[in-house]
Amino acid sequence: MIAPAVLVLEDGRTFHGDSYGAVGEVVGEAVFTTGMTGYQETLTDPSYHRQVVVMTAPHVGNTGVNDEDGESDRIWVAGYVVREPARRASSWRSQRGLESELTAQGVVGISGLDTRALTRHLRERGAMRVGVSAVDTDTHSVLTRVLAAAPMSGAELARDVSTATPYVVPAQGERRYVVAALDLGIKAMTPRRMAERGIEVHVLPATTSGEDVLALGADGVFFSNGPGDPSASDYAVDTMRTVLDAGVPVFGICFGNQILGRALGLATYKLGYGHHGVNQPVQDRRTGKVAVTAHNHGFAVDAPLAGPFATPYGTVEVSHVSLNDGVVEGLRCRDVPAFSVQYHPEAAAGPHDADYLFDSFCALMAG
Amino acid sequence: MPKRDDLRHVLVIGSGPIVIGQACEFDYSGTQACRVLREEGLRVSLVNSNPATIMTDPEFADATYIEPLTPDYVEQVIAAERPDALLATLGGQTALNIAVALHESGALKRYGVELIGADIEAIRSGEDRQRFKDIVAQVGAETPRSAVCRSIAAVLSTVDDLGYPVVVRPSFTMGGAGSGIAHDEGRLRRMAGVGLAASPTAEVLIEESVLGWKEYELELMRDRNDNVVVVCSIENIDAMGVHTGDSLTVAPAMTLTDREYQRIRDVGIAVLRAVGVDTGGCNIQFAVHPDTGRLVVIEMNPRVSRSSALASKATGFPIAKIAARLAIGYTLDEIRNDITGVTPASFEPALDYVVVKAPRFAFEKFPGADPELTTTMKSVGEAMAIGRNFTEALQKVLRSLETAATGFWTLPDPEDATVESTVDSLRSPHEGRVYDVERALRLGATVEDVAAASGWDPWFVDQIGSLVELRAELVDAPSLATGLLRRAKRAGCSDRQIAALRPEFAGEDGVRSLRWRLGVRPVFKTVDTCAAEFAATTPYHYSTYDEETEVAARDRPAVLILGSGPNRIGQGIEFDYSCVHAALALREAGVKTVMVNCNPETVSTDYDTSDRLYFEPLTFEDVLEVVEAERVAGEVLGVICQLGGQTPLGLAQRLKDAGVPVLGTQPEAIHLAEERGAFGRLLAEAGLPAPRHGTATSYADAVAIAATVGYPVLVRPSYVLGGRGMEIVYDDAALEAYIVKATEVSPEHPVLVDRFLEDAIEIDVDALYDGAELYLGGVMEHIEEAGIHSGDSACALPPITLGMGEIERIRQSTERIAAVVGVRGLLNVQYALKDDVLYVLEANPRASRTVPFVSKATAVPLAKAAARIALGTSVAELRAEGVLPVSGDGGDLPWDAPIAVKEAVMPFHRFRTIDGDGVDTVLGPEMKSTGEVMGIDAVFGTAFAKSQTAAYGSLPTSGTVFVSLANRDKRSAIFPVKRLADLGFDVLATAGTAQVLRRNGVNARVVGKYSDGPDNCVERILAGDIAMVINTPFGNAGPRLDGYEIRTAAVTVGIPCITTIQGAAAAVQGIEAQLAGRVGVRPLQDLHAALRAYRGGAR
Repeated sequence: MIAPAVLVLEDGRTFHGDSYGAVGEVVGEAVFTTGMTGYQETLTDPSYHRQVVVMTAPHVGNTGVNDEDGESDRIWVAGYVVREPARRASSWRSQRGLESELTAQGVVGISGLDTRALTRHLRERGAMRVGVSAVDTDTHSVLTRVLAAAPMSGAELARDVSTATPYVVPAQGERRYVVAALDLGIKAMTPRRMAERGIEVHVLPATTSGEDVLALGADGVFFSNGPGDPSASDYAVDTMRTVLDAGVPVFGICFGNQILGRALGLATYKLGYGHHGVNQPVQDRRTGKVAVTAHNHGFAVDAPLAGPFATPYGTVEVSHVSLNDGVVEGLRCRDVPAFSVQYHPEAAAGPHDADYLFDSFCALMAG
Repeated sequence: MPKRDDLRHVLVIGSGPIVIGQACEFDYSGTQACRVLREEGLRVSLVNSNPATIMTDPEFADATYIEPLTPDYVEQVIAAERPDALLATLGGQTALNIAVALHESGALKRYGVELIGADIEAIRSGEDRQRFKDIVAQVGAETPRSAVCRSIAAVLSTVDDLGYPVVVRPSFTMGGAGSGIAHDEGRLRRMAGVGLAASPTAEVLIEESVLGWKEYELELMRDRNDNVVVVCSIENIDAMGVHTGDSLTVAPAMTLTDREYQRIRDVGIAVLRAVGVDTGGCNIQFAVHPDTGRLVVIEMNPRVSRSSALASKATGFPIAKIAARLAIGYTLDEIRNDITGVTPASFEPALDYVVVKAPRFAFEKFPGADPELTTTMKSVGEAMAIGRNFTEALQKVLRSLETAATGFWTLPDPEDATVESTVDSLRSPHEGRVYDVERALRLGATVEDVAAASGWDPWFVDQIGSLVELRAELVDAPSLATGLLRRAKRAGCSDRQIAALRPEFAGEDGVRSLRWRLGVRPVFKTVDTCAAEFAATTPYHYSTYDEETEVAARDRPAVLILGSGPNRIGQGIEFDYSCVHAALALREAGVKTVMVNCNPETVSTDYDTSDRLYFEPLTFEDVLEVVEAERVAGEVLGVICQLGGQTPLGLAQRLKDAGVPVLGTQPEAIHLAEERGAFGRLLAEAGLPAPRHGTATSYADAVAIAATVGYPVLVRPSYVLGGRGMEIVYDDAALEAYIVKATEVSPEHPVLVDRFLEDAIEIDVDALYDGAELYLGGVMEHIEEAGIHSGDSACALPPITLGMGEIERIRQSTERIAAVVGVRGLLNVQYALKDDVLYVLEANPRASRTVPFVSKATAVPLAKAAARIALGTSVAELRAEGVLPVSGDGGDLPWDAPIAVKEAVMPFHRFRTIDGDGVDTVLGPEMKSTGEVMGIDAVFGTAFAKSQTAAYGSLPTSGTVFVSLANRDKRSAIFPVKRLADLGFDVLATAGTAQVLRRNGVNARVVGKYSDGPDNCVERILAGDIAMVINTPFGNAGPRLDGYEIRTAAVTVGIPCITTIQGAAAAVQGIEAQLAGRVGVRPLQDLHAALRAYRGGAR
């Protein structure tokens, strides 16, 4: 017999379902993702740290879990919400089932509930705290603990997920560049995309100082994606400024884009319900071309869309914009060698349309 | 990049008659294109020979040409219209082939017409197999190993390399015509021979077999700024080897990881770019090896396809509409997503539901046809269903098909079924294999066994396994508690399926009562393209068992229109046409329209057609739940059942009994007309003659009736559409054989035995009746005599040999029938005129197949008027409004009214017997055609010639005619055959026929019968020596092997094969018209304006 479970949102809306994965209780921020493929990549993406992920795609787990597709060495999502868990996995690459993986890693989930109703609620009310419990189905007591949890705004989480010690991802083929990559929650695919282009990637802990980064003498510095509120990670902003001052080429993705924005003096803000999915249209404002891209961000940079603007680091422009809602999706500095995007050119999961940005980084390093 | 300002006038080509592989999906795409182009302020000209389409309604284009889809006729239209551009990517393979031909002939250049959407190079690269393979290799992907062959010798040497089995595919054919899998040399020689003949370029591809691999499709769109999006991924549950049109398919893909999916996406986009599809939609198919993941590209279509219609309905992303905008210069980011109203079309839809499509077959119509599914498409229609999980969508689609089984467990298992025999049956793909999968699992086979035998991915098999487990719980539970019932409903089980497992409910009504009492009710979710990320403004709904419903409250009262479900022979696009018209008319009249249908190919399931769309099975349970949901939303005036054919009619009485108002003609009246005994008494009381008849409940009964009424008799089960199970029998033995068969066809209904009137003129009438006044829509005279199903018969309107006196008798007779039956709306009556007696054959108080044809021939929107009458508007009021002519009707057309000829299109060439031979092409009372065309012109001969050209290619104007006649036809054939000889044709005839012809001055040469040995008539046909065949079969029963061989040979080589004397006489007129000079083209708008001017005042 499957144990019942409850999902309780901070505004009091509750859903009943079945326990899925580990039997327990978890509190986090509820976000929904609309990707129809790539649940393994999503689960292991450090940017989902402390978040309870609602899958809008009903069937999850169909292709099981393998040792190749993880974006880190563990599941980071705090809780998992699925309508139809797979009864069996089917893929020539599958090594084990998803539910046993969730259970083994202690990830609490809930299944069988109206995920579309939950998604619509989050869309209308915004991302919010949520509790999922299979050990206490009294929704009032779960709600008490949900309200006691820290909200995502103001949370500094990059340090939680970052590597403790530096490591190197060697270049594939001839080494053309060396890049220092600040791990704020980096996904495994990112260094791989760079390595494919002949980049030797030195992945560094989040709190590495600007001076220590520069001391590596790398051709470029990369600021990764990661969880939490960028306004709470001033140490990374300081590192960014040091690198910008030194004139070393910079590329940032997601959280890295927000850190660049803050270093340039721009504000960041929390989106209503964020962008989480692999179908998001982003326009490159220089070419007018649209890339279908992978997104996973709850915060965004506030920058003028009308045209280039002045910053302490010279003129900057919004290079990319979301066609769905006009959110800033990329920054380009004209006077210093730095650019960043809010979305995920490394994909995994998601389309490879924005892959060219890694080439742009190489071009920037080539000078 | 905004709209191009150099395009002011676009010519759109449709896809012609409905045939297997090319159905109403192209009406859906073409209609969308016309709408969009006109919205953009462009002049639109249109050519399509199919009158049953919405796109050929005169209001959808500025100039509508119902003309044959041949390069010659399209060139005439170009000469008359002088468009700037030609859009050929929305009219299927037919339109694309015409575009290529017009390019090659230089016509496009001559008239300065630009091909938009896809250019010639892209079309060639997509369809020339070797070029396509080279392109795939260039982008770093693989295709199956293969070689293009132009001769049988080349085919054989290729197979020496690849080994058996191999796939045979001819170039440039649609729906996989002529393709298949060959396991040995005999089969290979036969298939390659047919393929070489079927390919316009005389090429076939011989290919490494990827039989059993997983099959995927992507629907992509590209704009002129090189932005590309993938609209939808589709996974075929049936593995490679079954044509995708015949496969169960699911969207989105269920068994791919992101890495594999992105690889397919990358390859698809790279191929699309390399092929050079400038703008618009395209479909790419892939095969994936289930154990190694090796990916090969199978093919691409650089145009909108059946799968794009499916993808549009599955995602809410209207591919054809957007393709039309891209073709005139917009980019994806400049086009708004209709459904959200705020986001752009440059995104990829996210689904939070599962869509399953299932094919509808018609093998029962073609006895002898090989039912094994192969790479040649054999299905005649399809249904789609949406659910929040796979089993729900699967079970909904199975009951949408309206087959004998209405979902798992609704029919008893075959008595001799064992695990071994059931698993064994899975090895060869066939209709309804999914039922065998369920039974195999239930009988104890493992998921692995079933997956191995069927080639289905274990994930799908296991999903069906979950239903087997659920079934056991449903059977074993002491009582049906809320939890279990809810789980069954969430898994997609219908009340009827549950009732089949729990006899104590005595049927589905008992289950429904319990379910309603327990509050286990469906909710309705929205297809919104974005998995709820943005608010949807378009009410496109599907049912599911979840928590929250999304049906919005309404201010204005609503009418539900029930569609016609999957296309099948006898119930196709014509009925969808009427439903769409009802929606348009009622919307104009200020009523909220709610469409319920499950056919993804149609215009009715376009979310733009009605105010609300429910994509649901047309079963009593599903429809009633929609009614209940809409009643919560606001006032419901009732349901229109009379426009969608037999499917909604079959629901009318039960809906009424459940308290749902049925609008228009009442179910009791429908029953009265269809119950032969009651109808016969009614005719007798009204003094209307009918052929003598009786109703038999046993064989003895039938023999007694036949003795009374006299042979030949027409026998059939009651309640039929499209002549299901009808036959003309000439003696007791044939009658007995029929009864044995018929009682299996329809056990709960008796068999009707009617005197069959030989050599009568058959007349078809469509009329409107409001309770007081009759509007005679049109009188159609069949070209073939009575006995050929009216759906298969060519007919002319106005009638070519009937006088005013006869039409007046028809009008009076029809009015009397309408009055006594109690019609409120449309009525179709079939008459036979013999020896000056007008016999009533049957009356159907509903929209008929001919409604769109009549509407187009007479410039009167009959279905719109019928919908208004159903809501209480009178004929007089409709006349005053201008919906109907101010005075007069379709029976008193002016002397110079154009003649419209409808011709049926047969699917015979798609079917083969198990030995690879053709199936018989003879016509009879059982309907076999899939579609129809219309030829319209000033005189009958020209109109008939156009109809033949549109249906089968031109009638010959010279060459040899082969004539072989039944004795009774020999006298009446003398005149038409002599005329052909006078026109310069050589006449070849079998001995008996030749003798009669020679005595009458026709210099006919004698050729041997098929049974006479070498150099016989069949060999001469196959050798290409014959330009046309006139062959009338003897009777309709018994062995007619010679005729069979003659007709199948004619179909094989694609020459006209005329099987009635009346048809021959018409063909002669058509040939004369062609010889007399070039046949011209004229837009429907002109013809209609002339008719309206004659009537004065009508709109």
